[in-house]
Amino acid sequence: MRIACPYCGDRGLAEFLYHGDATVTRPKDGGAVPSAAWIDYVYFRDNETGPHDELWYHSAGCHAWLVVTRDLRSHEILAVRLARDVALERAR
Amino acid sequence: MRLATGGEIDREKPIAFRFDGKIYQGFAGDTLASALLANGVKLVGRGFKYHRPRGILSAGSEEPNALVELHTGAHREPNTRATMIELFDGLEARSQNRFPSLKFDFMAVNALLAPVFAAGFYYKTFMWPASFWEKLYEPLIRRAAGLGRASALPDPDVYEHATAFCDVLVIGAGPAGLAAAAAQAAQGKRVILADEQPPKPVADSIRYFPRTTVFGVYDGGTYGAVERLTDHLPAGQSGARQRLWRIVAKSSILASGAIERPLVFGNNDLPGVMLAGAVETYITRYAVAPGRRAVLFGNHDGIASTLSAMIAAKIPVAGLVDPRTAIAPALRDQALEAGIPIFAGAVIRRALGGLAVNAVEIRDRNGGITKIACDLVAMSGGWSPALHLTSHLDGKPVWDEAKAAFLPGGLPPGMSVVGAASGDGINENILPLWDVADPGAKAFVDFQNDVAATDITLAKQEGFIAVEHLKRYTTLGMATDQGKTANVNGLALMAQATGKSVPETGTTRFRPPYTPVAIGALAGPHRAKHFKPTRLTPTHEWAAAQGAVFVETGLWLRAQYFPQPGEDWQAATTREVNAVRGAVGICDVTTLGKIDIQGSDAAKFLDRVYANTFSTLPVGRARYGLMLREDGFVMDDGTTARLGESHYIMTTTTANAAKVFQHLEFCHQWLWPEKNVCFCSVTDQWVQFALAGPRSREVLRKIVDAPFDVSNEGFPYMAAGSPTICGATPARLFRLSFSGELAYEIAAPARYGNALAAALMEAGEEFGITPYGIEALAVMRVEKGHPAGAELNGQTTAHDLGMAKLLSRRKDFVGRALAARPALTDPQRPTLIGLKPVNPGERLRAGAHLLPQDVAPVAANDQGHVTSVAFSPTIGQWIGLALLQNGPARLGETIRVYDPIRNGDCLAEVVSPVFVDPAGERLHA
Repeated sequence: MRIACPYCGDRGLAEFLYHGDATVTRPKDGGAVPSAAWIDYVYFRDNETGPHDELWYHSAGCHAWLVVTRDLRSHEILAVRLARDVALERAR
Repeated sequence: MRLATGGEIDREKPIAFRFDGKIYQGFAGDTLASALLANGVKLVGRGFKYHRPRGILSAGSEEPNALVELHTGAHREPNTRATMIELFDGLEARSQNRFPSLKFDFMAVNALLAPVFAAGFYYKTFMWPASFWEKLYEPLIRRAAGLGRASALPDPDVYEHATAFCDVLVIGAGPAGLAAAAAQAAQGKRVILADEQPPKPVADSIRYFPRTTVFGVYDGGTYGAVERLTDHLPAGQSGARQRLWRIVAKSSILASGAIERPLVFGNNDLPGVMLAGAVETYITRYAVAPGRRAVLFGNHDGIASTLSAMIAAKIPVAGLVDPRTAIAPALRDQALEAGIPIFAGAVIRRALGGLAVNAVEIRDRNGGITKIACDLVAMSGGWSPALHLTSHLDGKPVWDEAKAAFLPGGLPPGMSVVGAASGDGINENILPLWDVADPGAKAFVDFQNDVAATDITLAKQEGFIAVEHLKRYTTLGMATDQGKTANVNGLALMAQATGKSVPETGTTRFRPPYTPVAIGALAGPHRAKHFKPTRLTPTHEWAAAQGAVFVETGLWLRAQYFPQPGEDWQAATTREVNAVRGAVGICDVTTLGKIDIQGSDAAKFLDRVYANTFSTLPVGRARYGLMLREDGFVMDDGTTARLGESHYIMTTTTANAAKVFQHLEFCHQWLWPEKNVCFCSVTDQWVQFALAGPRSREVLRKIVDAPFDVSNEGFPYMAAGSPTICGATPARLFRLSFSGELAYEIAAPARYGNALAAALMEAGEEFGITPYGIEALAVMRVEKGHPAGAELNGQTTAHDLGMAKLLSRRKDFVGRALAARPALTDPQRPTLIGLKPVNPGERLRAGAHLLPQDVAPVAANDQGHVTSVAFSPTIGQWIGLALLQNGPARLGETIRVYDPIRNGDCLAEVVSPVFVDPAGERLHA
């Protein structure tokens, strides 16, 4: 597999670490109470098919966290964005 | 028998080689298989189960029979295909799976037991008792039925990894592949042409990898290939033996050709029965006549070229046997012209012979039997496109009824298929013939696994009809050839038995690798220390000169203790601990992770990643920090100092340095990207020493340059600063203590490591300074009850470690919410305590379990376990840290420490985990 890092260009899979689902969002309530929303965020994941956003880390490269949109049926990578940009966009 | 003329061999270069100890001669350009055939050697192996004599079936990488052992000693390589071994001077090959010799094999009695060895025989015969399986049945079966023996020695060869990039990867350098590569190169494309055969002339505009098998297709246009660099030369060559290529290609053209199918008739496994295309290859490429009198048996027009080759080589052909009643004129006329008897609408029902074929019985369309003497049967049941690579990314081959073959279906992105691999030009006018139905003799489908036509019928009778069940029940398509010649015949026979069509019965799909790949090639250079390199601290030379004994901690090599003459590890450690507690010692702590953190939001950011608060930390001070995972469990701990308003330096445990760094980047880039902060790992940039003991300040005074004030008032406990040392060397100084004594950590640029050690030793000489290793460090941290790896094991919470009060109630931080779950704060959870054996002579061991007295020592009564132990020179006996249910409420209680594996069983008192200076007075001295 190849991932096109926005900083480093098209690089081999061995440079990257998979982290997990990028569709979940950390609750913004400050975490005083272990609510169901927190349990969901930490433990529960949908078993998706088709295009899906995933977090990857360019560990043997620039250390950028990436949101990789990957088709879970074909492994085709449809988009790679900096996690930082995605997070800022979501916050707006 | 070698033909007088022709072939691509070099008759000027004779080559001597040995097979089973006997010396033969071939020529440069031969394979082991062609050279053996040229010498009249037909018997090359024994069958897997029945030990029947086996010969060379094919001329390529699909070979199921002619597997030999090459080389000796550590270089020994089993299961190499004689058809792919290029002959070299001094080559030594041995046949496999026979005893004592190929011609006389004791295990051939297995053939008499054929009914026992039928499909599924393992499962039926060796069912009971289960305990016999591992000790008796499996070794027995493995000895009787099998392939070659692997060398048990470490692989002495060198393997490389490399990556190549191209516009177009062409796989296979046959006519179709060469033409495709030339056409692409002419368009200015960067072309790589990979081919499993030896080099042939190829234009310079093409990057050509001969002896290279593309074995797998992976995501993103990545292809795996193995280039055999020295396998065609004697063992022990310098340089790499094989090179594993990752080829990244924008597109690819598969020109892998097709693989011929055997015909399933009685005794079709006798040496001398060969694939028709292989017979043609041996004649034309190697100038070898594989026999003196041949019969050609095929069911499609393609066999005409084999017939031409045999006629041109003047090999007498005793018959053309074709199940079709109407034979194409081109084929028929050729046979008639050469005076070859034609048996139209007929089949070979069985071959006859002992160690090789000597006759065939032909059954004509009316059932009449004709026996013809021959020593070569060239057979062809049609061709199957070598479409394996097309299905590696889930492409499903499609059945073509007219060609009686699977053709490439869904292709990997960017791949196209040309030539015979796409089905072009194969199986013209084929009349499918899956089985000649001769109950009188075994007819093989899979030669390598000894799967006969009757085994497929048996599988059907017993309900193993699905193609995956068929494979597992009969072993059809397994082992080194993965059924390249067998799968389609097996599937078609099952279809016939069930009355269904082939596509209704199933499709065979393939996984990488296309042909076997040595584990060594996959590992490449990543072996031993290249897999797990050693990290040396900047004071390694100094420590070695002090006689340190080193220990591996992760990748690091750290000084464990510094024995003096006559001391064992315990004596040395005890002396080192006493020196620190009584005077002063130094210990290299460079391996702790160091992360430089800067930015206007650094303070707020640290408040988020640590459970406790860092924004309130004054500049010039350090603080212990506890880091949780988002699930509320402890991830790591360490001290972080504030060097400036927006500048911190964080330390992590040695083990978690990389993980914490990654975590910080995650928190910053993904969770809180609005924070203005950045990080840099500086673990390797700074050497760091712990300087510990009541006299450490006196040593420090001699090192730190004036006017920096190191007095207790000027530089109190948990102070942090950036003095210069030893005359203008930049340094960082922290008043931290892991040992519990008055102590400092002093850091300098890593290149000064050995010099700093020497300077500290010199300055401390008058105070009795002593270097100490991580053994003494560990003893003192147990004495002080500091948690380390055994306590920070990923399953403990802040509460478990007695640090619940560190969890801030005023801010969000990673792990806050889930750490508050009731189950994680339940007092009944095992919680950190100290243990002291009631009998001071008893030894504690980590891992021992804790039980109340007077209960049965069973899991249900288990209340916790010992995490760390040490012999404490300060207390004068073994002590331990443990996690005990409701621990802090049970101080003073006597419990049982039970360790049945190591015969440990003693009573211990539950005490505070801080054994030495519980009030912490020494820290502030």
